[in-house]
Amino acid sequence: MNSYPTTWRRPPQIVTDRRWRIALSVAVIAYLVIGLGSVELNWQRIVQGGERGLRFINGFLQPDFTSRWKDISNGLIESLTMTLTSTVVGVAISVPIGIGAARNIAPAWVYYICRSIIAVSRALQEVIVAIFLVAMFGFGPFAGFLTLSFATIGFIAKLLAEDIEDIDEAQAEAIRATGASWLQLVHYGVQPQVMPRLIGLSLYRLDINFRESAVIGIVGAGGIGATLNTAIDRYEYDSAGAILLVIIAIVMVAEYSSSYLRKFLQ
Amino acid sequence: MTDFPQTWAFRSPRARLALWFGWLCLVALFVYCWQVMTANTIWAFIWDAPRQAADIGGRMMPPRLSYLPELLVPLWDTLNMATLGTLLGVILAVPVAFLAARNTSPSLLILRPIALFIIVASRSINSLIWALLLVAILGPGLLAGIIAIGLRSIGFIGKLLYEAIEETDIRQIEAVTATGASPAQVLNYGIVPQIMPAFWGITVFRWDINIRESAILGLVGAGGLGLKLQASLNTLAWPQVTLILLLILLTVVVSEWVSARVRGAII
Repeated sequence: MNSYPTTWRRPPQIVTDRRWRIALSVAVIAYLVIGLGSVELNWQRIVQGGERGLRFINGFLQPDFTSRWKDISNGLIESLTMTLTSTVVGVAISVPIGIGAARNIAPAWVYYICRSIIAVSRALQEVIVAIFLVAMFGFGPFAGFLTLSFATIGFIAKLLAEDIEDIDEAQAEAIRATGASWLQLVHYGVQPQVMPRLIGLSLYRLDINFRESAVIGIVGAGGIGATLNTAIDRYEYDSAGAILLVIIAIVMVAEYSSSYLRKFLQ
Repeated sequence: MTDFPQTWAFRSPRARLALWFGWLCLVALFVYCWQVMTANTIWAFIWDAPRQAADIGGRMMPPRLSYLPELLVPLWDTLNMATLGTLLGVILAVPVAFLAARNTSPSLLILRPIALFIIVASRSINSLIWALLLVAILGPGLLAGIIAIGLRSIGFIGKLLYEAIEETDIRQIEAVTATGASPAQVLNYGIVPQIMPAFWGITVFRWDINIRESAILGLVGAGGLGLKLQASLNTLAWPQVTLILLLILLTVVVSEWVSARVRGAII
């Protein structure tokens, strides 16, 4: 007689070998013990911090927009102008690089040059780039503008290049068959296909650049981040709360409007 | 007889006009923003930049390799900060994701908007800003960094995970419901197995991003490699800066490779 199992156990989903599962869980537990052990906790300092934390939460709940409004609005204007100019310049530079990094319309040597530019721009973090540019160009939004433009190049050029590589070849072929030059091919065969997505990507990058502009201010590149850093350094948590709320509000507006615009364009 | 146009044009005259007007607006806005932004810029510093760059570049070479042993502990701290922060983020993000997904949220009117607000708030504040706040509150150290990474990860993991939950196959859930399963059992046997690959993929992806971010969190005092970077920058020890940057770059490349391999194996 066949004896059927009376209970059912859910089969493992990802690591199917039992030995691997045991080894993995042992490794994870060992890591957690070592890892958590390496975190030094200074309980006295944390208890002290509790009071400050409460003050910060209070500041967040009762933000003080008025007493530092001049600094906040200056920081915001710097951030917003920095965001826009860097996105425009970054996109303008990344379009030729993106075209050059598309395998189907660029010769091999151009392709490798453009791809390495993209790789460099993507590997370096904004904050680190900002540190160097601040050291070279001095404090202020100009260094931030350069940082964000540089970061935009890697982002837009990579996605644009991938988009160009994915175009419908039949249309490009048709344009080529009319005897079009390379420029005409790009203009009539490629550009209409990638334009909606390029605009969408630029709007998305505008959104990201604003968020980043709030961060690079901490290392001296101007904008709302610098104001926030000053507010926290001076323990003015109510002003800091106000700045954070302004950032969250702008990011939310930017995210919803850019996703709406992108839906509208596609 | 209708008069056919003799030459073909890409766009109609009206579209061309609209396009030019759009470009004009963009250029005008750009020029205006440029004026506002550079109002306080000291141009002498900017023309001086190539010389500065050459100067710094000259000081940065060669990297000071003898500094490497001192960096091993901060490197370990950075890895811990990223990993434990991701863990914290996952623990906090999973309930938020289930509250935010339209098909699992217990109350669409109250809890879902709250969960969505948590996700947006966490996403819009960079981990460096979280760290800045937490260092002020908790004091410098790894703990502030871990919590900062965790709080920033909630938004990312929560958003991707709740989208994965909303995309689950309704038929499997119905099949489990039809057996008379309780809501918790439906969640456990109907939804969890479907989102498991997405969950691990998202977690590893976020871990990879967190490695990058934790490397610089030390700049505001949250421990790890960034702390050493800040110390070296403050003492103008450029050869050490080069070495730290190379180490960060190497860590990022390795973590990206690991994450790509793991995601490739899961999905």
